[in-house]
Amino acid sequence: MLRYIVPLLVFLGVSAFLLKGLELNPHEVPSPFIDKPAPVFSLQKLHAPDTSFSTKEMLGEVWLLNVWASWCVACRAEHPLLVQLSRANIVPIYGLNYKDEPDDARNWLRQLGDAYVSSLIDYEGKVGIDFGVYGVPETFVIDKQGIIRHKVIGPVTPAALDDCVLPLVRKLQQASAQMVVKRTEVEGCA
Amino acid sequence: MIPEIGQFALILALCVAVVQGVVSIAGAQLGIRSWMSMARPAAQVHFILVAISFVCLLYAFVYNDFSVKYVASVSNSLLPIQYRIAAIWGGHEGSLLLWALLLAAWTIAVARYSRNLPLDMVSRVIGVMGLISVGFLMFMLFTSNPFDRLLPAALDGRDLNPLLQDPGLIFHPPLLYIGYVGFSVAFAFAIAALLGGRLDATWARWSRPWTTIAWSFLTAGIALGSWWAYYELGWGGWWFWDPVENASFLPWLVGTALVHSLAVTEKRGSFKNWTILLAIFTFSLSLLGTFLVRSGVLTSVHAFATDPERGVFILGFLVVTIGSSLALFAWRAPKVGVGGRFSLVSRETFLLMNNVMLVVAAGAVLLGTLYPLLLDSLDMGKISVGPPYFDTVFLPLMVPMIFLMGLGPIARWKKADLPDMASRMKWAAAVSLVMALILPFVMGEWFALTSLGFALAFWVFSSIVVSMSERLRKTAGSGSGKSLFARIIALPNAYLGMNIAHVGIAVFIMGVTMVNTYEVEKDMRMEVGDTVTMSGYTFRFDGVTEIEGPNYKASRGQVLVTVDGKTTTVLFPEKRVYFVQTMPMTEAAIDSGLFRDLYVSLGEPVGGGAWSVRVYYKPFVGWIWGGTFLMSIGGIFAISDRRYRLASRKRKAQTRTQETAAGQTATAQTAPVQSTERE
Amino acid sequence: MNSLKVFVVLLCLLVFAPLVLAKEAVHMVEDPEMEKTVNAISDELRCLVCQNQTIADSSAPLAVDLKNQVRKMVETGQSQDDIIDYMVQRYGDFVRYRPPMKASTLLLWIGPFLLLLIGIAVLVINLRKRTAMKSDENLSVEEHERLQGLLAAESSRQGATRSNSLQQKVGEEKS
Repeated sequence: MLRYIVPLLVFLGVSAFLLKGLELNPHEVPSPFIDKPAPVFSLQKLHAPDTSFSTKEMLGEVWLLNVWASWCVACRAEHPLLVQLSRANIVPIYGLNYKDEPDDARNWLRQLGDAYVSSLIDYEGKVGIDFGVYGVPETFVIDKQGIIRHKVIGPVTPAALDDCVLPLVRKLQQASAQMVVKRTEVEGCA
Repeated sequence: MIPEIGQFALILALCVAVVQGVVSIAGAQLGIRSWMSMARPAAQVHFILVAISFVCLLYAFVYNDFSVKYVASVSNSLLPIQYRIAAIWGGHEGSLLLWALLLAAWTIAVARYSRNLPLDMVSRVIGVMGLISVGFLMFMLFTSNPFDRLLPAALDGRDLNPLLQDPGLIFHPPLLYIGYVGFSVAFAFAIAALLGGRLDATWARWSRPWTTIAWSFLTAGIALGSWWAYYELGWGGWWFWDPVENASFLPWLVGTALVHSLAVTEKRGSFKNWTILLAIFTFSLSLLGTFLVRSGVLTSVHAFATDPERGVFILGFLVVTIGSSLALFAWRAPKVGVGGRFSLVSRETFLLMNNVMLVVAAGAVLLGTLYPLLLDSLDMGKISVGPPYFDTVFLPLMVPMIFLMGLGPIARWKKADLPDMASRMKWAAAVSLVMALILPFVMGEWFALTSLGFALAFWVFSSIVVSMSERLRKTAGSGSGKSLFARIIALPNAYLGMNIAHVGIAVFIMGVTMVNTYEVEKDMRMEVGDTVTMSGYTFRFDGVTEIEGPNYKASRGQVLVTVDGKTTTVLFPEKRVYFVQTMPMTEAAIDSGLFRDLYVSLGEPVGGGAWSVRVYYKPFVGWIWGGTFLMSIGGIFAISDRRYRLASRKRKAQTRTQETAAGQTATAQTAPVQSTERE
Repeated sequence: MNSLKVFVVLLCLLVFAPLVLAKEAVHMVEDPEMEKTVNAISDELRCLVCQNQTIADSSAPLAVDLKNQVRKMVETGQSQDDIIDYMVQRYGDFVRYRPPMKASTLLLWIGPFLLLLIGIAVLVINLRKRTAMKSDENLSVEEHERLQGLLAAESSRQGATRSNSLQQKVGEEKS
């Protein structure tokens, strides 16, 4: 007798998942690097191509790595906010110039302002692949031990900064070497 | 003005649908004849109103009324007229109107061809279909109105996606929707049976033709979609296990189970509850498909522009419709009897096994399609489930089913004799084994899976031969001098239909096995005059010219195909860029033959006047769609059987008096058949 | 006369040169056999930009880059597992079209098989129940008489073959 109600129960169960599914974004690919070490790389600097920069130089500091390109429309929209952020001197921002012509990149920065302490040339996109970049722009929050603590997919918005990135950066900056701070400790980082 | 008329017609249609739904069903439940009699007229008025609305939208498209937001979003003044019309269902809002139109059309078809059904059943069926229409009309009017105005009007439209500017768009969605919507009839019959408490073999007889036609159309619709993808997308694939493809495949699988289950319920009165449940499931899966395509929960190339608000509405509609029908089932089903008994080995058992395997296969496809959503909603990460999963899981389920398909039709109803069946099938088994072992060598190379595919195809072919020859021996006329062909034609259409459909499956398996194993692909850098040879065909690249079409410009390549120096054909693959939506599109050139396709796709210019060109030799690929075409035809044949023809007035009278007798109604109307093993 | 001959010869060369110079086309890639392996592996990976295609089929720049990466790794002799692991490390399980076998996907991989077992079990239980049912032959005396009456009416009207189905129907009414 009871078994006749099974189909209804199974259906209601599936519907519950479908309802939850409406809130989710199936296109977004979460980063597998959260709470894992950022890939170490060494690349030429955009403004001084005969010198290079290595991520090892950043150990002991909290920093942001922003992936951008002059051909990227959304980067254009995002950049003024980054310029503003860089002027506030809260956290150093490094740029990863992804699959771009260095001349175009330099011109772009001249036009829009340079938010970056330094921009690094990833001409082939190999470092991008190593970081799991699948679209531009993307921004990584990296802590003092070189661990990636958060990734912003798409342009950084004021909300993303205020709710997640800045509080997380502050926590990471205040943390000592032994403390482990995860983004789950910041409410705004969903 | 016209769009406003269209919208107003929809509003009126909604009102009529409410009456059609509520009054008809209430009338049937309360036994009020005058209310029940409203069902047919209401359905007719409903259809006229939705048709008016559709014509208004058609007018807006034909006359390029870009003040209608929907027209501006999917059409363009440069779009050729046939695509301006097909664009009606090229986007979300218009495709809903197509759904509503087809639902209204199926309803009046039921209203027209149901003279020999009791009034309470007819009014319940029409009533349920009316309620479903209410859902769709409300969905349109509240969230997805095709007649919304765009003020100020656009100067020109955004154009139809170039991939859709193809004859496929003219036929694939309508055929598919006729199938999806057609299953609402089976659903309505099931609900009507549950509501009315009348659940006997005659209910199955009434339901069966409607279900089979819907199934035939769905088969044709899916097949056409697959063929369209094959020739349109440029790399010759024909099935991707994309979520929306799966969404159409699920009702097909369960619908196939339903068609078989109805056969048993009609003949033997068994499986009543199971058949009802299948009817509910099949249409529920149609509705689920609608949800998946339009809500944005799954990533798919087929998905319409998605909007979670619409998703909530459809989900709500789904929960109400499916939830209430399953609740009704849970309440009423226990009161239904179990039906005729049959022994462990019998045709009934084979059909039950077929049902189990089809439903399990559908369950597997559903699981794979929804699993990423499941994990994501539980915050357990994001995964992808693609062709490697489905191929691994689906094929092993199909193998036993195809094997059983050879045995089912030759098993006796109620009690079959396994040793006897084995002896009857021994040469069929032999033929299958021999072909399985030898044919791969003939084609070039032996592989185990290929061998299995051939074995299954020939098993089905030969089992049909066994069944037909036994049947022909039994029927009168072996000595009458009639030709074999004439005697075959004289067999009942239902029996022929079944065999045609099953042959279709065997043909399909042959096609898939051949093309997957023996296809040859070459990706070549071709300068003018260069040749490439494969499987006896020589392809010579004769350069590229720039041409202009009605709303695109293209680089058109010319490829001469010869065999031993004799010209077979000239192929013109193109690389098009449409003026409005400037995405580049490959238009492959195909020479289709009965036993092979030659497929040429133009790549990119690689400097020095040379191009990258992909050339394919695809053996038997046409059999994939040939097989599905046969399946579809088989269904149509089956329902054209004499016993479904409209009853004469005399037989109608008999029906009414005999309804009250020991349940014997329509079986009395069929012509006598010597063998007890019909079908 | 001589210059005319020269002219004709040159003309012929020009006209027939494409046919003479025409040759077998070369493959787009240097090693077509290895390319088959590259394609097979690429078919297992999902394009992250055009998310409905494999990186083998997609023409998105990232897909082309990733396919080149696959090719490089195949050239250096890395196994399919190594290559897929490389991709998963960077993009997560999303990039695999063949779901991994983990605790979270156990239900996915075992599910169809479980469903089959459940289906067969339900089928067997159901069949056993039917075999244990009362047979149709056991009619009461009253029912037997009623049956005879109906049979008589039937055979006088429509012939003997129908009585089988009638008997069956009456039997069904019982069960």
